[in-house]
Amino acid sequence: MKTLVLVEHDGAQIKDATLAAVTAASKLGEVHLLIAGKGVDGVAAAATKIAGVGKVHVADAAFLEHQLAEDVAPLAAGLMADHDAFLAPATTFGKNIAPRVAALLDVMQISEILSVESDGTFTRPIYAGNAIATVRSKDAKKIITVRGTAFEKASRDGGSGSVEKVDAGSHDGKAEFVSAEISRSERPELTSAKIIVSGGRAFGSSEQFHSLLDPLADKLGAAVGASRAAVDAGYAPNDYQVGQTGKIVAPELYIAIGISGAIQHLAGMKDAKTIVAINKDEDAPIFQIADVGLVGDLFKIVPELTGKL
Amino acid sequence: MKVLVAAKRVIDFNVKPRVRMDGSGVDLANVKMSMNPFDEIAVEEAIRLKEKGSATEIVAVSIGPAKAQETLRTALAMGADRAILVQTEDEVEPLAVAKILAKVAEEEQPGLFILGKQAIDDDSNQVGQMLAALLGWPQGTFASKVEPQGDKVAVTREVDGGLETVKLATPAVVTTDLRLNEPRYASLPNIMKAKSKPLAIKSPGDFGVDVAPRLEVLKVTEPAKRQAGDKVGSVDELVAKLKTLGVVA
Repeated sequence: MKTLVLVEHDGAQIKDATLAAVTAASKLGEVHLLIAGKGVDGVAAAATKIAGVGKVHVADAAFLEHQLAEDVAPLAAGLMADHDAFLAPATTFGKNIAPRVAALLDVMQISEILSVESDGTFTRPIYAGNAIATVRSKDAKKIITVRGTAFEKASRDGGSGSVEKVDAGSHDGKAEFVSAEISRSERPELTSAKIIVSGGRAFGSSEQFHSLLDPLADKLGAAVGASRAAVDAGYAPNDYQVGQTGKIVAPELYIAIGISGAIQHLAGMKDAKTIVAINKDEDAPIFQIADVGLVGDLFKIVPELTGKL
Repeated sequence: MKVLVAAKRVIDFNVKPRVRMDGSGVDLANVKMSMNPFDEIAVEEAIRLKEKGSATEIVAVSIGPAKAQETLRTALAMGADRAILVQTEDEVEPLAVAKILAKVAEEEQPGLFILGKQAIDDDSNQVGQMLAALLGWPQGTFASKVEPQGDKVAVTREVDGGLETVKLATPAVVTTDLRLNEPRYASLPNIMKAKSKPLAIKSPGDFGVDVAPRLEVLKVTEPAKRQAGDKVGSVDELVAKLKTLGVVA
């Protein structure tokens, strides 16, 4: 089987989620990549070094700078004439584009796969991860998004792929990029962090959320996450949200502070290796899945913990 | 501008789903069902556009069993003007849903089609994007802000790195994220009024759409369960425990 993996990048760096999609693709067959963007020679050169990669299809055009789905989807659909499976990371980038490719090819997409059982059979989570479905695709071509935490990341070294320039097509023109507000942080990215400290509504304000959690995160070299309640209350920006509809994370250590543990939140973090819960309510559902729990007042515990680590 | 919204009847978000012992799926017998929360946000956004004078008529569409009429009555009670149920007792996959909605859009000619970004049962996150592709329309997915500007609409999207704003020519597809709005509760008088609003019932066949599934579900199982661990009594014990586990230095 020949696969085409959509590379997620920001014009300079290839995102880790791509590497998990490469691993999933390698279980199906030959791995080819697609890079769409503007001035992406550097990204293409880095992509050829990813272990196990063959051809790297590169569409380079000014209108592809922001990789709008309206422009990237027809490009990918065109290349699928020579490929059997299309895989994209199950990130907001991949989720925006892959279903559009699927519809153009009249294929039913398989979302957020957790494993490849055979060429056409995959597992995927449903009901916020409370059930795992094993599904077999009857479509001739497969369109797939890949949950990043479910697959090892392919190595960024050791590959010897070759760049093949492809026609970028033309700008759809019905959608235009206006602006982006991308959070800049010195901390690790949530989805690839080894340690995450995550806060809930119990923090009471944005000031307290940051003044308590940030020093703890800095001490541990951790990323900061949040529950939906904390994001809705404005304590943390939307890109902090961990859960069914936010980010799916699986760090070595997840410290949930002031988070009660709604099933929608658990869906995003229950694959963490070790879960620590700190909550004043000893009956909070988060304790049912935590490896270590501490009942008490987070306003006292968090500074003490930061001091003692 | 006419606005179409899609609403799916799903398990209520407060209910913990139970997997059937025989692996055939999730048990939905005698389980509370509600409108998909993201679709409620879609309905609310359409109503706000109407209140601001941008939308003239709101049509709610659902594809599902006869009981999905309740879901549409909820949309009507919130403020939609009329509803269309494409009735089928079969499970309809996102691709077929998108095909039916595309046919409805061709008939209704809306300026905007607003849908939830995903349904909380199958968690596919596909229909809006597929619908946009089938219609050749632009898409603003995972929206946290929707602002009509003449014959365009500016959509601010929640993306992994933060926020992104795109401007779309209408007609366009928008899918909603959590922060777009907080849906209203329908008042009792509006619930009563909704009973007399028009609700048309159609079938997938009326639109010539083949809903035969492309994915065969071989089995549905429960994920591995995590066991609750120990509670510790103090920060010192917590630090010691973390060191024993080797997760902090």
